[in-house]
Amino acid sequence: MGVAHGNRKYRVVHYVNQFFGGVGGEEKADCKPFAIQGPQGPGRLLEKLFRDENADVEIVATVVCGDSYFAENQESVLREWIRPIRDHRPDLVVAGPAFNAGRYGIACGAICSSMESLGIPSVTGMYKENPGVDQYRKTVLIVETANIVSGMEDAVRKMVRLGLKRLRGEEIEFPKAEGCFEQGIRRNYLHAEPAWRRAIDMLLRKIDGKQFETEYPIPFFDRVEPRPAIPDLKGVTIALVTSGGIVPRGNPDHIESSSASKYGKYSLDGLATADAGTYQSAHGGYDTTYVNADPNRVLPIDVFRELEREIGFKPYPWFYATVGNGTSVDNAQKFAKEIAVELIRDGVQAVILTST
Amino acid sequence: MAKEIERAGIPVAHICSIITISQTVGANRIVPAVAIPHPLGNPKMPPAEEKELRRNLLLKALAALQTPIVEQTVFS
Repeated sequence: MGVAHGNRKYRVVHYVNQFFGGVGGEEKADCKPFAIQGPQGPGRLLEKLFRDENADVEIVATVVCGDSYFAENQESVLREWIRPIRDHRPDLVVAGPAFNAGRYGIACGAICSSMESLGIPSVTGMYKENPGVDQYRKTVLIVETANIVSGMEDAVRKMVRLGLKRLRGEEIEFPKAEGCFEQGIRRNYLHAEPAWRRAIDMLLRKIDGKQFETEYPIPFFDRVEPRPAIPDLKGVTIALVTSGGIVPRGNPDHIESSSASKYGKYSLDGLATADAGTYQSAHGGYDTTYVNADPNRVLPIDVFRELEREIGFKPYPWFYATVGNGTSVDNAQKFAKEIAVELIRDGVQAVILTST
Repeated sequence: MAKEIERAGIPVAHICSIITISQTVGANRIVPAVAIPHPLGNPKMPPAEEKELRRNLLLKALAALQTPIVEQTVFS
């Protein structure tokens, strides 16, 4: 092992969530961070694939943390865990892959970003719609993975390939060649073809209606300007919308617990509270115990009614609900557009959206 | 969804547990919630206190809708 590299042994620390760390599913998402010796879960595959590449890599420790715990305590987890990770003297820190798990992706990005700022190389992997990508792509090397766990081997293979380059201090190629997300770094290189020929080729392809690829993609920031405030809410119609999956018991519209393809519209008329006997959560991305005991914890109908009386706004007589758990951006946009058309038609002037 | 509803012309107050996700997806008026499995509650509190907490979060969301802003703003 490590034939071509002077038997150099590399030390790797791996970060995983409670699920891949073998602690449990969503009901254990509040699990506090802990470390164990050696590889765990996907770490075994990681170590194997490193060794398949003739690299003498040892996963010296695996740090495990619950996704919700990390999301709710990011600063303290980083503060308390960066030192222990560094004390393992890692040559590389690997996090994930997180696929399309949002909290996990952000945790992986945050861990890697902290390591990079200490000069410790890192690599992670996520699906392109994971919110961790936008947040950390500039500071962290994130390989692009599938959105589901069945893409594990391919994801780990890409992470190993990139990780090895970082371990050996080899040059990182362009993002497309490495299979990772662009970091927004510009680097000069000598192209085999002169610019005029490339430009003419591109123009001809464009004229022919063929596919062409720009050499200088313009970054696209999709932001919506804030709408003006509503100084006085008296008489204003306000709608409740939630991505927390509150639906009538039995989930009559069969909204999926993850990767939702639809939303529901349910009556608020005459409702004084979101009663546990009538409503439940259809969400599969958090532990629904507390919400099923009192759905107002996600859809606050009880205090919405109280404030209606005190402030004098008009509750829209319907609420909209979907499950925001690995839901594609396309679907979420589609739901919101359809919902907005109805809201505008019915004179709704403001929305309170709750998310878990 | 917050962004798309706002794009259509309706101001949205987004009460959410993970502010960074809300910022990334482009919500404009963001109100941090309590925790992922109970954003508008806390099962450890006595019911009256918990309801007060929920009421305060909703009041914050309503205040956010009444506040003129020029960019993404977290109302904590």
